Amino acid sequence: MKRHLISAADLSRDDALLVLDTAEELAQIADRSIKKLPTLRGRTVVNLFYEDSTRTRISFEAAAKRLSADVINFSAKGSSVSKGESLKDTALTLEAMGADAVVIRHGASGAPHRLAGWVRGSVINAGDGTHEHPTQALLDAFTMRRRLGDLEGRKVTIVGDVLHSRVARSNVLLLNTLGADVTLVAPPTLLPVAVDSWPCSVSYDLDAVLPKSDVVMMLRVQRERMNAAYFPTVREYSRRYGLDAERLAKLPEHAIVMHPGPMNRGVEIAAEVADSPRSTITEQVANGVSARMAVLYLLLGGSEPAIGAEVPA
Amino acid sequence: MSRTFVIKGARILGAQPADLLLRDGVIAEVGTGLDAAGAEVVDADGLVALPGLVDLHTHLREPGREDAETVETGTRAAARGGYTAVHAMANTHPVADTAGVVEQVWRLGREAGYCDVHPVGAVTQGIAGKQLAELGAMADSAARVRVFSDDGHCVSDAMIMRRALEYVKAFDGVIAQHAQEPRLTEGAQMNEGEVSARLGLPGWPAVAEEAIIARDCLLAAHVGSRLHVCHVSTAGSVEILRWAKSKGWRVTAEVTPHHLLLDDALVAGYDPVYKVNPPLRTAEDVAALREALADGTIDAVATDHAPHPAEAKETEWDCAAMGMIGLETALSVVQEAMVETGLLDWAGVADRMSFRPARIGRLTGQGRPLEAGSPANVVLYDPAPRTVVDPSQFASKSRNCPFAGLELPGRVVATFLRGRPTVLEGKLQ
Repeated sequence: MKRHLISAADLSRDDALLVLDTAEELAQIADRSIKKLPTLRGRTVVNLFYEDSTRTRISFEAAAKRLSADVINFSAKGSSVSKGESLKDTALTLEAMGADAVVIRHGASGAPHRLAGWVRGSVINAGDGTHEHPTQALLDAFTMRRRLGDLEGRKVTIVGDVLHSRVARSNVLLLNTLGADVTLVAPPTLLPVAVDSWPCSVSYDLDAVLPKSDVVMMLRVQRERMNAAYFPTVREYSRRYGLDAERLAKLPEHAIVMHPGPMNRGVEIAAEVADSPRSTITEQVANGVSARMAVLYLLLGGSEPAIGAEVPA
Repeated sequence: MSRTFVIKGARILGAQPADLLLRDGVIAEVGTGLDAAGAEVVDADGLVALPGLVDLHTHLREPGREDAETVETGTRAAARGGYTAVHAMANTHPVADTAGVVEQVWRLGREAGYCDVHPVGAVTQGIAGKQLAELGAMADSAARVRVFSDDGHCVSDAMIMRRALEYVKAFDGVIAQHAQEPRLTEGAQMNEGEVSARLGLPGWPAVAEEAIIARDCLLAAHVGSRLHVCHVSTAGSVEILRWAKSKGWRVTAEVTPHHLLLDDALVAGYDPVYKVNPPLRTAEDVAALREALADGTIDAVATDHAPHPAEAKETEWDCAAMGMIGLETALSVVQEAMVETGLLDWAGVADRMSFRPARIGRLTGQGRPLEAGSPANVVLYDPAPRTVVDPSQFASKSRNCPFAGLELPGRVVATFLRGRPTVLEGKLQ
């Protein structure tokens, strides 16, 4: 493993499988009455969040605490130049406090790269701008593996605002590393112009792709996008690219429906689909803690086994 | 009393060694075995002599952003780079949109004395693109402005652009356009392509530059005026320029050293030292720009020297200022990109970095051939050494140099401004 986790591309196939296997081991402790391991005792993990994201912050916080790390939550809303202290000065402050890992969520693509140049500890990207969100991809892959087994050759369809989605970027990279076949479905306006350079297929027709999908991952689409002419109206978007019960019926029986949250019910996903048994949306949240524990453990834990002596290293 | 110099054995524009006698501000004589009583001898064995370089595109930042650069520090940097004239861009604070501001900048240049400073006048008041600035007053001022630009902003309103092109015909001016269609580049952060898609940075499509260039070429043809296209950065722009020139239209263009050497793959680490407007493009664009500079489709190399204080670049990519410094590395970069590749010889370098930019700016005392009677604006350049670029050694106040750490060829040994050395033995005088 590299020292930082900034992009899903930082993970080799072996690294990714190690994280997923470790997450599987660590998930066992969620069933115990005492959900805590001493592995990262004495280590400090800083959650540096420049954007509101209660879900991701709590997930990282729970993961670090279950591994007995000391957790400092640092919420710094707003961009660095316009308001208050610069990212660099914040980084130097965290460095002076002896942070072993910094989990950063930031509205600017590449902010974790910059941070990694200013601190000695590990940097974990918890979502940067429209770039990447690698732990989301890991928890998604973990969820798929639990439901469907090995991902080699599995067909994963990712639908929605790919252009602005850090979830899509990380998932395309990680799923490709794990051998799955990814198809992106979106209106052409919401795909990058150079999407043909990505290791995946592209379609504009959701109905054609659904019957061949093992997984459908719906991405959040912001209503404001229509103001910049990415699509005419929310209703038209929903008709062409939303997942409703009728479309759900086109999926193979074993297929699952995923969403990274937060959802726009009635826009990209109908309420009855979100709440159906094929939806893994709340599982994803639970799995997020296991996946992030695995990442923290592997980046910070060194060679000690994750769960004491009884689990083989 | 002015000093007299005999430059011994310089290869004039790279040709056979000859001597130059500089006296009373002019080149008094060119030949072999020259000598003059009381003359200081400069041994130029192995050095190439070029006419003093002329930059069409320099941000000196004064007045307003003296923390980034001043006329004095910027012209010291220019002299170190072999320049004897620079065109100071208008986007200062206040904007150079009146005779008063352009005269102030011009005077600061005269007082500093390191190279001629020719202010560029804003096309529109406050470079806001709405109403023409007093172009005639700036042309008639002591600064004798001939180049007008809203650089940093595109004159995107077609009607305003048309009028500006027409209006400056009265005093043989030229509109230097920063070609960037504003709606297509809202929030844009880097070249739109494979790298921007991967990095999740909002893309800056080539068409946003090319559409404006095409429109402006047609406008310039329609009103019979002179258009100069600033910092051309795409292969498509080159094709449009080639077409416009084939029609005989009075269109000229410049390219920056950084667009001749660097491409958008460098953005992968999100280091804002590579953030610039127009953005670094692809390797294919770089190749097309080199070819266009070689065949003359692009007339000039212009630095777009854009100094910024450290804190403007030590940020997230989105928040960082756009621009790179380039005066002190321009000749080395051009040698690397154009001479070492066999695309230009030294006569070609003199043409693209001195003769043609001086003509575009309508400068009479710059960009003259190195022959008896010309003003003694001369650079002595040693193309042999290769050194690693170290911005801490620069005369510029700023350090936002994208070539830092690269090994580049060549070194400016001496610069003479009307016979007076501004740089001698590589040191500012």
